[in-house]
Amino acid sequence: MTDPVFGPAPERVPDPELVQLLTPEGERVHHPGFDVDFTADELCGFYRDMVLVRRLDIEATALQRHGELGLWAQLLGQEAAQIGAGRALAPQDFVFPTYREHGVAWCRGVDPVRLLALFRGVDQGSWDPAEHNFGLYTIVIGAQTLHATGYAMGVQRDGLVGTGEPERDTAVVAHFGDGASSQGDVNEAFVFAASFNAPVVFFCQNNQWAISEPFERQSRIPLYRRAHGFGFPGIRVDGNDVLATYAVTKAALQRAREGQGPILIEAYTYRMGAHTTTDDPTRYRLSDDVEHWKLKDPIARLEVYLRRNGLADDAFLADVAAQADALGERMRRECHALPDPSPHDLWDLVHAEKTAELAAQQAEYDAHAASFEEVSS
Amino acid sequence: MTTMTLAKALNAGLRKAMEADDKVVIMGEDVGTLGGVFRITDGLQKDFGDARVIDTPLAESGIVGTAVGLAMRGYRPVVEIQFDGFVYPAYDQIVCQVAKLHFRSLGRVRIPMVIRIPFGGGIGAVEHHSESPEAQFVHTPGLKVVACSNPADGYAMIQQAIHADDPVVFLEPKRLYHSAKADVDESAPAAPLWQSRVVRPGSDATLVAYGPTVSTCLDAATVAAEEGRSLEVIDLRTLSPLDLVPVHESVRRTGRLVVVHEAHVTLGLGAEIAARVTEECFHSLEAPVLRVGGFDTPYPPARIEEAFLPDLDRVLDAVDRTFGF
Repeated sequence: MTDPVFGPAPERVPDPELVQLLTPEGERVHHPGFDVDFTADELCGFYRDMVLVRRLDIEATALQRHGELGLWAQLLGQEAAQIGAGRALAPQDFVFPTYREHGVAWCRGVDPVRLLALFRGVDQGSWDPAEHNFGLYTIVIGAQTLHATGYAMGVQRDGLVGTGEPERDTAVVAHFGDGASSQGDVNEAFVFAASFNAPVVFFCQNNQWAISEPFERQSRIPLYRRAHGFGFPGIRVDGNDVLATYAVTKAALQRAREGQGPILIEAYTYRMGAHTTTDDPTRYRLSDDVEHWKLKDPIARLEVYLRRNGLADDAFLADVAAQADALGERMRRECHALPDPSPHDLWDLVHAEKTAELAAQQAEYDAHAASFEEVSS
Repeated sequence: MTTMTLAKALNAGLRKAMEADDKVVIMGEDVGTLGGVFRITDGLQKDFGDARVIDTPLAESGIVGTAVGLAMRGYRPVVEIQFDGFVYPAYDQIVCQVAKLHFRSLGRVRIPMVIRIPFGGGIGAVEHHSESPEAQFVHTPGLKVVACSNPADGYAMIQQAIHADDPVVFLEPKRLYHSAKADVDESAPAAPLWQSRVVRPGSDATLVAYGPTVSTCLDAATVAAEEGRSLEVIDLRTLSPLDLVPVHESVRRTGRLVVVHEAHVTLGLGAEIAARVTEECFHSLEAPVLRVGGFDTPYPPARIEEAFLPDLDRVLDAVDRTFGF
């Protein structure tokens, strides 16, 4: 019903246009906006990445179940969204992740053991963001989208937008989820990015669930359409289709690097696992839904496509499986070997310039700790 | 040597810092064309351009959050929060991100950000424009917090805070912005930022203050001197880290201490100072450490703010009480 004065309410679109290049059945389809050809090497690379990060995720989940990690945030089901987004990056692009971006971390060369260290409670992020152009995991939901926008404003001030030199022009990616889309920080990031035309790609993995709350609790319109209200384009891509996610992200990054400003990508996917290892999704969602999404599995569809087109043989698939086994074995071994940090170091990390106050507190702790050594020796 | 107000001194200090380092950028609401609602950034956008003096959208979390990103890209953002009571939308970014990123990253990520906050009352303003939120930031590991009390310090301290590699909450006593002019020697070597200072020597009791209450305490000391009491006045300048060395030294001589701030007394800086002085100077104390501050009520309507703010009489009453023990 249309209001005669205010016009129609924004319609609830049940199934808006979804950019897709590979159907759940493994059929290659074409999209006029994203007419991309992939080499066999690229396709096999996507497959390998997705299999390995799924193994990474399974191993980490098992390590948590064995008591080796305090917590793990699973990415199961989101491999295509993350590998597509991660492989679309240029080396100079900078990524601001959530705490579930293990697949993007993989693409940025962050050792999976570093991710385990965080969830084991050894540290709070031990990779060097500047070395990998990959920020630290941010636990406060959505806070990193503002950091990404500010970083992109810095890129603008460095004169690295729209130079036309592919190795210099730089874009920034802000990862977040459907739950985060309700946060003030995300909406403020949209405002700032639009106002300053910042070279930032907002990459939202809509995995349908914010712990127990379904997507419908966060938004009554498809998320990608939020962008229009802020004055920049939004697009929904099949987040379980690595080809489409890659193609859309690559184009969005290029657009940002050229100086055409921010864009919102909604990667439509599904969180197949729990929110984290402490969660029990059987309390709030139907197994039918999960079964439905299993049919859209990102890895299975690419495997079908590769086999059907003779792009991957048994030897390749066996090799990838062996690499996954080796990765799992290394993760288990190196996780067990991670040393605990020293409490002594805490005071050294608070500031760039340590204060006399903290130095005194550190000395007090050291003396306290030493008193136990004297007793035991 | 130039005679200037605190507002002009801060403006000159910001200008100097921007000239010295082209990575210094100023961000905030109305800081550009208007020059800030208090004119602290007056003329800076005209001279340094809108890429370095940025009029931001009206969203405090957005200002501080984007400043974090700029800092990660190698910039030194100087953020203006328009009024003390408007810092709370940015509180999450300040406490969870600005303060913790260095620690979280094992020291790899530095956030050399200055968050300027005009603070305190006495300007007859509406609600949320007269608050003293410093204890909340002092209670947050990872932040450094300083407060200037006069033009010479304003000029030097803002430059030092910008030069620091850690995030600094920089508190400016807004009611002094356009009042007392003072001589500022731009070529004089500045005292270290992280040091408090004896601003009036005395021998009978010690007054500790910072920001707007320093001048109140100096006035109280002048009146007390006429009555035959010699009060030593210490300007803390740095609230985190606290530099209590001159306070301890003073209290060991005087045996009496009154801490004066506009912030609510309960769990304010005075409480921390009282605890530390008790630990360090227990045998020198002739009386309990007393606190004079804002009441434990929200900041009142402007017509009665003078009753809320520590004034000369309340300070002198507290001094009298310390001599009653």
